[in-house]
Amino acid sequence: MDPVLDIQRLSIRYPGALAPAVRDVSFTLGRERLGIVGESGSGKSTVGRAIMRLLDTAEITADRMQFEEVDLLNAPEKQMLDVRGKRMSMILQDPKFSLNPIQRCGHQIAEAYRTHVRCSKAEAKARAIAMLEQVHIRDPERVYDLYPHEVSGGMGQRVMIAMMLLTSPDLVIADEPTSALDVTVRLQVLRILDGLVRDKGIGLIMISHDLNLVRAFCDRVLIMYAGRVVETLDARDLDNARHPYSRGLLAAQPRIGGSREPLPVLARQDSWLEPLEADA
Amino acid sequence: MKPISIDRLSISFGPVRVLHDVSFDVAAGECFGLVGESGSGKSTILRCASMLTNIWDGTVRIGDHDVRKMPLAERCRTVQMVFQDPYGSLHPRHSIRTALDEGLRINGFDDREARLAQAMRDVGLPVEFLDRYPHQLSGGQRQRVAIARALILEPDVLFLDEPTSALDVSVQAEVLNLLVRLQKEKGFTYLMVSHDLAVVDHMCDRFAIMQHGRIVEVLDRAAITGGGATQPYAKELIGASLEYERAI
Ligand SMILES: Nc1ncnc2c1ncn2[C@@H]1O[C@H](COP(=O)(O)OP(=O)(O)OP(=O)(O)O)[C@@H](O)[C@H]1O
Ligand SMILES: Nc1ncnc2c1ncn2[C@@H]1O[C@H](COP(=O)(O)OP(=O)(O)OP(=O)(O)O)[C@@H](O)[C@H]1O
Ligand SMILES: [Mg+2]
Ligand SMILES: [Mg+2]
Repeated sequence: MDPVLDIQRLSIRYPGALAPAVRDVSFTLGRERLGIVGESGSGKSTVGRAIMRLLDTAEITADRMQFEEVDLLNAPEKQMLDVRGKRMSMILQDPKFSLNPIQRCGHQIAEAYRTHVRCSKAEAKARAIAMLEQVHIRDPERVYDLYPHEVSGGMGQRVMIAMMLLTSPDLVIADEPTSALDVTVRLQVLRILDGLVRDKGIGLIMISHDLNLVRAFCDRVLIMYAGRVVETLDARDLDNARHPYSRGLLAAQPRIGGSREPLPVLARQDSWLEPLEADA
Repeated sequence: MKPISIDRLSISFGPVRVLHDVSFDVAAGECFGLVGESGSGKSTILRCASMLTNIWDGTVRIGDHDVRKMPLAERCRTVQMVFQDPYGSLHPRHSIRTALDEGLRINGFDDREARLAQAMRDVGLPVEFLDRYPHQLSGGQRQRVAIARALILEPDVLFLDEPTSALDVSVQAEVLNLLVRLQKEKGFTYLMVSHDLAVVDHMCDRFAIMQHGRIVEVLDRAAITGGGATQPYAKELIGASLEYERAI
């Protein structure tokens, strides 16, 4: 089957920045769950935003950036308006910042629905409430009427996920979608995303720093360091990662019942910038 | 070193009661965890106790003082908060330098430039980032600025709302080590919200489990692995976390 997304040698430089934030990143995504893990500031969100074409001032180069039949390097913004939100969605890392602060949460979900699907306001509201229920928000009718500053961190994340679920995208980029959720709700939300991959055949990119989550939930994992992909592996082999940065990540994780000695931290080295040779 | 005492804290928003008579005590120099269901009221407790809202009932004391009666400047130097949502807490048009320097200036600290640089190093950020704006940072970098801003005022008590949930584990390790070190050196008292029981186990002496605006149970750290929970929701949450850590 054709990949949903094909990215070859993507580099991104923010205006005024000395070094590129992303360098020579290549991967393809099928109808699978691809995890991206990596250090804070390593360029994970930047890759996601570039795919969504949300970076209008940054300098972007690539040999290829293809989403289904859309050439993301050259598609006019007019075409992107039709693609973004409808065929590809991103769950942003700062949910409250991404929501309009002066509009009620439910209203924003309903309006997002109406930009893609023609229906009455009452229908859109009913859909929005159903979606809030689907992401396990207690009391969806109350939450529909709350402003973003009135919902909890985990509720904000789920409002973003509900918004994404309204349309049926082929590609979902989820940037830390569950970091503010308690474990029980987190598992419920992951099951929803999993259902999309299995039943609707979407491609899912899951940006996360939660190694347990990525190991158990994803099919493959890219490990990023300083703007580059330094290792690619099957998620179930994560514990056998070989790159020193990847190994350092695994060691830095606190564990239930572990010692209370200071956690191992990374002694970063320039040689880590080199990707492992065996990787595709 | 200052203890925290929360007694029958309640708050309603309109007809909805969000906290129901929440009481617990945190010893001076202790790290106390708050865990529980999303939407159960954890952040609201921190917001009430730090007087970001004053429409609540009950009493909150830090050291010998009722927080309601503390003058603003004294409150700032006694308690600082790291918010769950760093974007919301940083002014978009203020540089990082302005965000960090504000508190130093208002509270009359000397040696401000050196303190700014040290605060950045403490949270593992390059000193040059002082001249950036929040939107030019990654999510985890913004969170570290929020932590630096709280630490720079050397408060007695820190309220930490999921301080590391936006950080990758390598930076999380650095921040947690820093918090432990400061606690030892300066005797900080922490009240920390987290969804990650591994972080709670690493950092906290005791923790409270919350659901629907109530404290279900207060437990020792040893209860996580020792099966010490007695309440159904507490057992469920700990069980789910253990299962999650064993790779879901
Ligand atoms: N608008 C911008 N202008 C300049 N630099 C930026 C801008 N946005 C991001 N950066 C920088 O680009 C780098 C990559 O940022 P990005 O947000 O992609 O990181 P990330 O991997 O998502 O990190 P995190 O896990 O902390 O969210 C960071 O060093 C960041 O400071
Ligand atoms: N200003 C407000 N107006 C109305 N309701 C509010 C307001 N602030 C908080 N709430 C409600 O109070 C409840 C508790 O919110 P809080 O943010 O304390 O939860 P939390 O335990 O921190 O959850 P999370 O883990 O998801 O961050 C939620 O139902 C929320 O909608
Ligand atoms: Mg990011
Ligand atoms: Mg919260």
